[in-house]
Amino acid sequence: MGALYDKLNEDFRLEEALNACMSCGVCTAICPAAEFYHYDPRAICTIVQSQDDAEIEKLLKSDTIWYCGQCMSCKTRCPRGNTPGIVISVLRTYAQKMGYFVENEKGRQQYAIEQTVGQNILKRGYCVHPDIVTVDKHPEQGPVWEWYMEHIAEVSPRFGAKYHQRGAGAIRDIAEDDLKEINAIFEVTGGKEMYRQIEEQSETFAKEHNLPMDEYVQHIFTEDSGCHSL
Amino acid sequence: MQKRFWNEYQKEIADDHYYYARSCIRQSFTPGAENMFLKILREDLGKDVYDDEHQHTCTGIGYHSDIVPFYTTATVMARLFSLMTAAGYKNYIPSCVTSFGLYVEVLETWKHQPETLEKTREYLFKATKREFEVPENIVHSSDVLYKFRNELKPKMKYQLVNRHTGEPLRGVEHVGCHYAKVFPAFGVGGAEFPYVLAGLIEAWGGEVVDYPERRHCCGFGFRNYLVQANRGYSVSNTHKKLESMEPYHPDFILTNCPGCNMFLDRWQYTISEMEHKTYDTEGKGIPVLSHEELAALLMGYDPWEIGLQIHQVQVESLLDKIGIEYDPKGKYADASGRQLAPPEKPTCLCV
Repeated sequence: MGALYDKLNEDFRLEEALNACMSCGVCTAICPAAEFYHYDPRAICTIVQSQDDAEIEKLLKSDTIWYCGQCMSCKTRCPRGNTPGIVISVLRTYAQKMGYFVENEKGRQQYAIEQTVGQNILKRGYCVHPDIVTVDKHPEQGPVWEWYMEHIAEVSPRFGAKYHQRGAGAIRDIAEDDLKEINAIFEVTGGKEMYRQIEEQSETFAKEHNLPMDEYVQHIFTEDSGCHSL
Repeated sequence: MQKRFWNEYQKEIADDHYYYARSCIRQSFTPGAENMFLKILREDLGKDVYDDEHQHTCTGIGYHSDIVPFYTTATVMARLFSLMTAAGYKNYIPSCVTSFGLYVEVLETWKHQPETLEKTREYLFKATKREFEVPENIVHSSDVLYKFRNELKPKMKYQLVNRHTGEPLRGVEHVGCHYAKVFPAFGVGGAEFPYVLAGLIEAWGGEVVDYPERRHCCGFGFRNYLVQANRGYSVSNTHKKLESMEPYHPDFILTNCPGCNMFLDRWQYTISEMEHKTYDTEGKGIPVLSHEELAALLMGYDPWEIGLQIHQVQVESLLDKIGIEYDPKGKYADASGRQLAPPEKPTCLCV
């Protein structure tokens, strides 16, 4: 008992996030995810605090840890100053390291995020950029966004933007030398290693299920089995 | 006693010489807001603000989606601090609330666990040969407008007053979860009495409307929006907020965070398509403005140069209430003045 907990505890954030939880449930009461999903941050803190390896492993392999929206409302209300949202981050990080994330529907979505936001950081220097908010994948953006995307090169200079141009300004192209340094940081700090783990585990899973990667990513991006929300 | 109590909820906001860190989301969805913030600081307040072409993401959305490890984020931030240091600045202003909250998280981690700062310095040097100073003052862009709210007021062409009735316009504000929920001491008013936006509305003639879900999340939820299959979470949370504010008939929503700004705007469109429901009496929706956009409007900048036409919920109802003059022909013109065909109309939301 506790070996897996010790592994989690190697992430220094756990010590900051979880200390003497008394299971009062205020975190669950305030949690937007708990209102929408079958989700209970109190139960997660109880399991992690129990140091019960079997229960922690079950948690790491479950959809449960992927429901949190990271709003951190739990932090404000916890009478012990704990942050269940950061406990979740520690669990997610470890689930990706161990490859557990592919064992459930919500965890498998990490590959879609790595392929969009993750690669965008390395290739463009932005988490989000208009070029990845495509109309087909973002119908909720509405007709004004569609109009803006159609005319962005001609319209955005009105707002001081430098779309696909160099020099200071909004959504400018970031210089090659700057991108090289961002990539080097990802390499030396383990960022690229995390991306590789997500990619390799996802590719193995897709291969085992005879899914080409383009079909796989489309599937995880859009699939909802309907069993998650209340 | 009351004054002493309130002092505990104040923060230090530097008064000049800022390094401005742009937001991925604000640049993408409302670039004019950042442009106006720089204009107001430089041209209307005479402040020195540096807009660095070498800056980049802080990785915050990747970090909170758990694809980017802590040290990667901390070291990317350290690179941004090295750019600030090299440019000769010590005061750092993030445009994004997610970034602001995460900068504070990283700075507090460095403070409480000094070995993490050393490790970050080693990583940055190994990757880039760069060194950096920790900012002396780090505040969100809304904090700066809050600091100068009373100085801006006499320069403003308009007030938040209904020109037809003479009554203050009613605003609901949404400060965004990461502004102060994690580290209350870093937000004006803390997590319990966040006043950074309310202070702007009150100073500029409006009335702040309280409502039950005022502090509820906008619904972004990071992976809960980024993946299409999860967006029910996101729209449900925004729906909860809109339903809660509707009975109070707000004239506008004021936002702090660029993500919240976009979601409170776009999900009004989505809900109108899904449920044929809008949250005002005329079917136009509730206009959503960021703190920079509101300041720029009241200062008298052209709404179409601020970029308000690229919000989905149209703002003319608010402009008419304030009495702001605008040229309807300028709305859908490009930068050269050429008229473009307008966007398609939504099924339900009136534009």
